[in-house]
Amino acid sequence: MATLESEFAGIKSPNPFWLASAPPTDKEYNVNRAFEAGWGGVVWKTLGEDPHIVNVNGPRYGAVWSSDRKLIGLNNIELITDRPLQTNLQEIVRVKKNWPDRALVVSLMVPCEEKIWKDILAQVEDTGADGVELNFGCPHGMSERGMGAAVGQVPDYITMVTEWCKQNSKLPVIVKLTPNITDIRYPARAASVGGADAVSLINTVSSIVSVNLDTMSPEPSIDGWGSHGGYCGPAVKPIALNMVSQIARDPETDNLPISGIGGITNWRDAAEFIALGAGNVQVCTAAMTYGFRIVEEMQTGLLNWMEEKGYSSIADFVGSATPNVKDWQDLNLNYVAKAKINQDLCIKCGRCHIACEDTSHQAITQTVNGERHYEVIDKECVGCNLCVSVCPVESCITMDQQVSGTDERTGQPISSEYANWTTHANNPASNSSG
Amino acid sequence: MQLEKLVTDLHPPLTSHEASVESDRCYFCHDAPCITACPTGIDIPMFIRQINTGNPKGAAKTIFTQNIFGGMCARDCPTETLCEQACVRNTAEEQPVRIGELQRHATDSLMQSGEQPFKRAADSGKRVAVIGAGPAGISCAHRLSTYGHEVVVFDSRSKAGGLNEYGIAAYKTVDNFAQQEVDYICSIGGISFEFGKKLGDSLKLANLVQEYDAVFIGFGLASVNELSVPGADTEGVVDAVSFISELRQADDYESFGQSIGNPQDVVVIGGGMTAIDAAMQSRLLGAANVTIAYRRGYEHMNASEVEQHLAQTHGISIKPWLQPKAIHSNNGRISEIEFASVKLDNGELVETGDSRRIPADRVYKAIGQSLSPDALSIAGLELKGGRIQVNDERQTGHASIWAGGDCIGNSEDLTVAAVQDGKLAAESIHQSLS
Repeated sequence: MATLESEFAGIKSPNPFWLASAPPTDKEYNVNRAFEAGWGGVVWKTLGEDPHIVNVNGPRYGAVWSSDRKLIGLNNIELITDRPLQTNLQEIVRVKKNWPDRALVVSLMVPCEEKIWKDILAQVEDTGADGVELNFGCPHGMSERGMGAAVGQVPDYITMVTEWCKQNSKLPVIVKLTPNITDIRYPARAASVGGADAVSLINTVSSIVSVNLDTMSPEPSIDGWGSHGGYCGPAVKPIALNMVSQIARDPETDNLPISGIGGITNWRDAAEFIALGAGNVQVCTAAMTYGFRIVEEMQTGLLNWMEEKGYSSIADFVGSATPNVKDWQDLNLNYVAKAKINQDLCIKCGRCHIACEDTSHQAITQTVNGERHYEVIDKECVGCNLCVSVCPVESCITMDQQVSGTDERTGQPISSEYANWTTHANNPASNSSG
Repeated sequence: MQLEKLVTDLHPPLTSHEASVESDRCYFCHDAPCITACPTGIDIPMFIRQINTGNPKGAAKTIFTQNIFGGMCARDCPTETLCEQACVRNTAEEQPVRIGELQRHATDSLMQSGEQPFKRAADSGKRVAVIGAGPAGISCAHRLSTYGHEVVVFDSRSKAGGLNEYGIAAYKTVDNFAQQEVDYICSIGGISFEFGKKLGDSLKLANLVQEYDAVFIGFGLASVNELSVPGADTEGVVDAVSFISELRQADDYESFGQSIGNPQDVVVIGGGMTAIDAAMQSRLLGAANVTIAYRRGYEHMNASEVEQHLAQTHGISIKPWLQPKAIHSNNGRISEIEFASVKLDNGELVETGDSRRIPADRVYKAIGQSLSPDALSIAGLELKGGRIQVNDERQTGHASIWAGGDCIGNSEDLTVAAVQDGKLAAESIHQSLS
């Protein structure tokens, strides 16, 4: 029997699904409901100094929808908790007492002064919470005041504050990173240097979701004006997956536990983050879209898949896909694939043809003997996968590897030997050139 | 209680959200088969994409550019045998995109705004006579008007619209849509009507050819095929087209039902859409038993499967392989209709020897229409299969006479085909006048 039990940065939880620091974890009431639904842990909505901040009194969210109003991406301009510090701390005490088996991590964001961090860390420690997460990620509002992403964008500050926290608290320290940087490895390394027990990522992406073309105001609109917010939900998952893998592959951080965040909506998303190196995952938008009950699907889905694959614990497959993430220059240039269209499945929409004809390599027919008929012309096909991407029928077009013979397009024989760009004749820096 | 349904849309208009979801199902096929299947060649993928992107007016213009009767065709086209039959979603999941309903969504939005998508060109000084104010004639008139030609439309009736106004079931064109549509189309200007003018009486083709630069004939089929069986002249044996026409022009359906004696046992002879329309409306007027008797099989009926299903789900019995033999009466009133059972034998209909009688207090003949004898005598026009012969441009053998709609040889007896005829003729007339 496989188990979902999780230990992340020394913090135990019955499953790897935590709720991220966000509105769902702002109050005792919500967190109790989350734990009743089965969530393994929560990161309490970010605490700050008193007097507590205030939020706008108008809309805080903006959305990107599909035609059927499926929420693809969500943007928010909400700040950290807008309740008094003591109220939050008292609730945290009660929740932890009532749910001893669940992970309860407290997110923190205060100005960059050691004394202020020291004070709040002591108060959090007194609650019995399992750890702290340093919010160096929020891209809106707080960053204008020198906190959140403003810290996360300066690696030296990350190291400095992380060090203060490690020196002033016994609790595990998770550093939450902003994706609004050029190379995620630098802030991750800075956290590691500061002694962080783990990093969590990604926080939200700076964004404007839409513009109201009648009022010319960005959405969400506050009295006719808008401000950039933080983007999250399914749309940001690919950005997050890449950043997780970059940290997991980096020799300077490859031992640093990672809590994966960003558009995780179901068990499969979670499994992908874990396979790329995350030790657990945090969820927010999916819960805000569907409610807490989704964790049931996440638990059963992940467990069934693990049993099917023979994994007995989460640790069994953490980072299993990481070694397969490479630099482009390492990819095998002798690997040749060609698209193949299954004529029995083809519904003759012609999308593959027009995509290839207009925007790619003119490698798919439109008609054969006067009839609409879509077939790959191997002599032209570069194996780019665009046709697969635009085909509306699952498995109708496949990319079949050519293992022998000649590549009709290049006239070169298919080689089973591995060869990459570093040794390619066209590479001016090639080891074998000249 | 059924009377309400006589004037209620079979398919209520799509809401904006329904239109958004349904339009998202379109694959925007390249070289889309639905376009080919539409007799007027509407760019269906483009108008559906325009709906999906919140541009319903653009969608309407795309439709009207090819088919100025896009509003009516959205309501009465047998889409299941035209565009929707060709939709690749049929192959994918046996559920085509609801093109007809989307077309209505788009055309309604522009028509309700009253905006006319086309501007009339500067007056060309040329005048064209159009005979028949049905879809063919008005389609021709509209296209000619866009080129700046002046058009006078003659019609024997007192209203424009042709079969849209007089010949189709009320529930296909609720809220006086046929008249609204004609008004909308003609709001482009340059089109005037002369009602109560029938070719042959005060109106002579020879004079029109003299007085106008070109003539378009679109007067449909004014004669109804006769039923030649004993008793066919009994009171209560009525042409289905007359019944529909009178019903459509009635102010009050209850009084209309009384005026025809509220028939309870209605038998409709025929297998086309007129038969279905007559049967459906009889049923909705309150007839207890309505039977459609057709001399061939279901598969040979001109009424589509969808139309047949519509009748059958409204309590109408469709009985195939029955050939009328005699109409029996009692005290001068029709009482029964006698049929011979028939079958196909080497492509010939032969009687099987069985017969059956169906009680009837009303019989509607829907066995086809033909050119009126007057029209047949129009000098100089060649006929083919009893209809006017035209070339691909809808020009007759006479250099300044064009024809289209049900009166021509290659007619499909569909509104949409008539619209195409009028459009092609107008283009050809414009060429000849330029």
